[in-house]
Amino acid sequence: MTQKVLLNSKEVNIILHRLACQLIEKHLDFKDTILIGIQPRGTFLANRLKELLEKEYQTPEIKLGYLDITFFRDDFRRTEKPLEANKTNINFIVENKKVIFIDDVLYTGRSIRAALTAIQSFGRPSEIELLVLIDRRFSRNLPIQPDYRGRQVDAINNEKVKVSWKENDGEDAVYLVTN
Amino acid sequence: MKELSVNHLLGIKYINKNDIDLIFETADHFKEVINRPIKKVPSLRDITIANIFFENSTRTKLSFELAQKRLSADVISFSAAQSSVKKGETLIDTVNNILSMKVDMVVMRHANPGAAHFLSQNVKASIVNAGDGAHEHPTQALLDSYSIREKLGDVAGKKVVIVGDILHSRVALSNIYALQMQGAEVKVCGPKTLIPKYIESLGVKVEPNLRKALEWCDVANMLRVQNERMDVNYFPSTREYAQQYGVDKALLESLNKEIVIMHPGPINRGVEITSEVADSGQSVILNQVENGVAIRMAVIYLLASKIQ
Repeated sequence: MTQKVLLNSKEVNIILHRLACQLIEKHLDFKDTILIGIQPRGTFLANRLKELLEKEYQTPEIKLGYLDITFFRDDFRRTEKPLEANKTNINFIVENKKVIFIDDVLYTGRSIRAALTAIQSFGRPSEIELLVLIDRRFSRNLPIQPDYRGRQVDAINNEKVKVSWKENDGEDAVYLVTN
Repeated sequence: MKELSVNHLLGIKYINKNDIDLIFETADHFKEVINRPIKKVPSLRDITIANIFFENSTRTKLSFELAQKRLSADVISFSAAQSSVKKGETLIDTVNNILSMKVDMVVMRHANPGAAHFLSQNVKASIVNAGDGAHEHPTQALLDSYSIREKLGDVAGKKVVIVGDILHSRVALSNIYALQMQGAEVKVCGPKTLIPKYIESLGVKVEPNLRKALEWCDVANMLRVQNERMDVNYFPSTREYAQQYGVDKALLESLNKEIVIMHPGPINRGVEITSEVADSGQSVILNQVENGVAIRMAVIYLLASKIQ
């Protein structure tokens, strides 16, 4: 197994600031906007962005929720390993709100497809956008594209993109792992 | 990654502590789901489940049906009263006929102990036992333990007394297995005629005095007197039973601590517990019903994920 650094901690930091600024550009004071971190790995990015927006860019009280998509996936009974659920934590109704899905890596698009169905359990958002740190282009199974992307990566199917977060993995970095 | 050690849920006897933990963890997620504005997930779109009830049931049948529908499974239900069983069809024939309509899972209640086990060995479908005679009622025991865990934080180390008609109760047997597996201490309390002769071989102590039993326990699970299963008189009169083994408010208040009151339903108000007790803050009876749906969703989801 070999692994190559795609982004180091400094680059991740710059990208987070850029993404935060792009969000502000579109959503200004976030009055009707809700951030939704996709479980399990999108929550770290969502937490970071919320923290940045609140502390560095003076946009107070951003609403943030976590959405687990396990029960909405289309590969139930089709994968070798059983699916394991995570916690959904959305304490508000998303009816007529602007929802931004936040995930670390966009690959086949199937997780986002599931998230689009799952969010309907909490109301009908006025619009939904997608923010990802890494966009693995050319590997989509579905017509889903991000509205905000950190970095585009060309990776072939047996390569894996691994995103590490300081609070969980000890460092901020993105690796390309080849088996 | 975690999965159940079994392909059928026939009884608590056949599963282990890890299975119970996995079911509870999964039920936590489903409990959140059933409290959403839209209480449904599409996981089991391609699964068809038959609910076959050869014995009467309201709560269990509704709870199972609701759990299946919340998971988006296709559901067919039948009760023996309206079926060809009355015309003399055997159990295997009935079920195999249903299975040839491409059913993946069967939830069955039957008056004969071992019916679910027998079925699991003779037909190709995942079987969930929803009560077989006086043998087991595993989902009830799971939801009882889950409710104790929810109310008291943990089941391990707790003292639970099961009061009433132990002899005819599948709830009692499944509860004894489940509670002991999770490290709780269990006593039973009731008229001597309604306590099985060899109950102590399960590691359960018998306490004939209700007050002493309640003073000892953290949780009292009050069972119904199952008149429909009684071929002879096991106690002189309902009134006498209620006086000796019924819990009322005065008795609860005279204890030196607050205990949790559970009841699997249906309640005979004024017999095993009075209305005041059933509707009091110490009773978790309605929480048990809510948890029942979450537990059954978890069981069905976990079993369905093992269907090939």
